[in-house]
Amino acid sequence: MRYEAVIGLETHVELATQSKIFCSCGGHSTKGEPNTRVCPACAGMPGMLPVTNRRVVELAMRAGILLHCDISRYTTFDKKSYYYPDLPCAYQITQWFHPVCRNGSLEVTTKDGTRTIGIKQIHMEEDAGKLVHDDWTETTLVDFNRTSVPLIEIVSKPDFRTADEVMAYLEKLKTMFRFANISECEEGAMRCDVNISIRPEGTEELGVRTEIKNMSSLSSIRRAIQYETARHLDAVERGTETLVQETRRWDDVKGRTFSMRNKETAADYRYFPDPNLMPILIGEDWIQRVRDTMPASVEEKTAEYQSKGLSEKEIASLTSERSLCDLFDAVTALGREPKDAASWILTECGGLLRKHGQVMGELQIAPGKLSRIMEKVSGNEINRAAGRKVLEAVLYEDAEPDAYCEAHNLSAQGDTDAVRQVVLKVLDSTPNAVRDYLGGKKKAFQALFGGCMKELKGNGDPQVIRALLEEELSKRS
Amino acid sequence: MGQYVTEIKRGGAVAVDDTIQVKGCETRAGSRILEGFRPLFSAEAVERLERAGYGIAGKSAVGEFGLDLLGEFAHGGANLDASGALRGAAAELVAAGGVKGALCVDLNGTPRRAAALSGVDFLKPTYGTVSRYGVIPCACSGEQIGVTAKAAGEVWELLRVIAGHDPKDGTSLPTETYSYNDGKAVAGMRVGLVRELSAAASDAVQARVTDCAGRLRGLGATVDEISLPLSDAARTAWNLLLCAETCNNVSRYDGVKFGYRSPDYRNIDELYVNSRTEGLNFLTKAVILYGSDVLSKGRYFTCYDKALKVRRLVWEQVKALFKDYDALLCPACAETAYRPYDIKDAFKTVFAESLFTAIPNLTGLPAMVSGGVQFFADTLQEGTLLNLAEALEGGSAK
Ligand SMILES: [Zn+2]
Repeated sequence: MRYEAVIGLETHVELATQSKIFCSCGGHSTKGEPNTRVCPACAGMPGMLPVTNRRVVELAMRAGILLHCDISRYTTFDKKSYYYPDLPCAYQITQWFHPVCRNGSLEVTTKDGTRTIGIKQIHMEEDAGKLVHDDWTETTLVDFNRTSVPLIEIVSKPDFRTADEVMAYLEKLKTMFRFANISECEEGAMRCDVNISIRPEGTEELGVRTEIKNMSSLSSIRRAIQYETARHLDAVERGTETLVQETRRWDDVKGRTFSMRNKETAADYRYFPDPNLMPILIGEDWIQRVRDTMPASVEEKTAEYQSKGLSEKEIASLTSERSLCDLFDAVTALGREPKDAASWILTECGGLLRKHGQVMGELQIAPGKLSRIMEKVSGNEINRAAGRKVLEAVLYEDAEPDAYCEAHNLSAQGDTDAVRQVVLKVLDSTPNAVRDYLGGKKKAFQALFGGCMKELKGNGDPQVIRALLEEELSKRS
Repeated sequence: MGQYVTEIKRGGAVAVDDTIQVKGCETRAGSRILEGFRPLFSAEAVERLERAGYGIAGKSAVGEFGLDLLGEFAHGGANLDASGALRGAAAELVAAGGVKGALCVDLNGTPRRAAALSGVDFLKPTYGTVSRYGVIPCACSGEQIGVTAKAAGEVWELLRVIAGHDPKDGTSLPTETYSYNDGKAVAGMRVGLVRELSAAASDAVQARVTDCAGRLRGLGATVDEISLPLSDAARTAWNLLLCAETCNNVSRYDGVKFGYRSPDYRNIDELYVNSRTEGLNFLTKAVILYGSDVLSKGRYFTCYDKALKVRRLVWEQVKALFKDYDALLCPACAETAYRPYDIKDAFKTVFAESLFTAIPNLTGLPAMVSGGVQFFADTLQEGTLLNLAEALEGGSAK
């Protein structure tokens, strides 16, 4: 008999908001020293009241629109009670009764073709803190930076059949969410619970289901699915063990799943609506506003860039990151040519990032500065090599293009071509010194060097002058 | 009263219940579990008082989390002595004249009951008019800061200082949607005397209500006996919601970050269990168990959800009465005095007494105690309540 796996995912995604979900502390759980992004509210001090960050609702709606969901007109926050040291109130605010989005879908493509995965719901919730175990002192410390960081949880239907489909789904979510500025999807900002059962192919009834909790790396998720599917098959076909419905934990080092202690999983969370948070009513006009302000999708951007004459390769590179599209759009809006802008972003910035061991996604530059450098080069104020030098200073020393050029004589005088003209002029006008130098009197070099400096009114870069002098003198030996 | 005094610039000294936070001033909510807890911020109502030039005289005593009848089960000393006199409670401090007034959290009618027994006024305003920011939370859906004072005029004065929209409280009414109005004049006012509540009180209290009705008629009001058949259901529903929400809110007191920590533990589970076992009293534990039960998987829809439905029905029934009546008259408690009793009976006793006080907590409607009787009014009709109190006191409130 042939069996198939039936897999469902619960995917938690950290939202890219400036502040946490119910207080004004900064979001982005990964930044900051432990317990520096915390206030009385997200530390669970009595007397503080939660106030909903509307941006969170909008990003959840945005995700719902991308996943073709119905957006709820009435949505509520509920409390989920359990004790854990990383949960300062001993309850988590989540959505249990009326989630913000329902009934969506996402198409995933693998080598076996394209299938549609159903989305049961998307709900908003707050994250918990982080426990840091210190083996040296045998203590456990709590870091509350992550408490109340906004998450959405995307609950799929049990529509996956293979680990490949799960990978394709997660990769696609990541790209879509990054591109729509919903989440930065950094390492650890996307976490998954995976439900697995198996059944004979062609049958409808589900087998015993196990859940593997809290995995964040794609490779772990793949390996865990493969391991767990094989375990189920062995149990069903060869009777190696009796499967029970339970929650399991993936051990990445041992490469297998383990049953979690019953105590941790048999909780009754005693959900009830949070009376401090009024139900949120979502009107058609709000949904429309979210649609209207939604960043263009990859497909829309591709079409736009084609019309601007960019190559397929350039388009693919730019649309790999929302931030690159934003930079490109800003620079062209400042009047720079599209082809030129693409070249500066991908070739020049890209080259410098590689040199400094970074990837394109890490590119951070004020569009105005990049535009200014391009303007100086295209206006022949400086040559392209000098432009690259300015760019590097802007990227890594936070320099101002104009000020940098002035300070380093990268204007007409600082430009090597201009300096070369001065060098040639000095060599031609002082033949005696040239003859002495070539005849072995190395001191004559100082006279020639001084002549160039004088000619440049002291504004020359000594290293550049020295190099050009040596180069030109060697031609005359 | 706690050792805490802020400078009085004008206005006078006001006491604040120990369930309301004052920055830096130990706030225990009458419980051992909060021993040594010094809040990082003051309640919005306290801030408003201080900004308006009132001094905070200190903390008035409450029973553990304000869950008991009159503060009789405060950690470190009952607020009810053998003779039936209140000790350290806001109503007693106000009656004694030590302070101009007091801010009290009305969670299950305690400050209304205390005012009726001490012969002072207490007004629980409409839910959402006074910010709950800085209140040690128990039942967030119905608890509300109100004002205890000797006369309606002082209640009105302090209420206007502390009321108003607060963006830090998500349930705070937006300013543009309300303002307290002058209310109905007593002459010509239509008052309904709630039959079920009056009948449940002792003869002495019933006589007080009847006497009040007579005086109101003398002042030109009409008083009719009316029926509120859902009174009993309202009590059950409110106590159920109160237990569920309190169970959830006090679960944060675990001995880890602040408050009382048991010296006796070997691991995190023992730290939680022993700190809470030693830090919470019998009544709070009963509330937690009851609340935990009504929220459990099998019971949510038959208990908690049903209570939410009853809340809506009671709201509709009372709102319908306010089409014909400007105010409802009823007792605030069953007796004219109480004696200390065993804490094992507390859950039952408080439940019984909350028959008289549950409706305003459940529905959010305003209620006022004056002259030992209680009035309910429609949403935001605090003005009407104050007119009633003022007329009965023979003074001028506004
Ligand atoms: Zn915070």
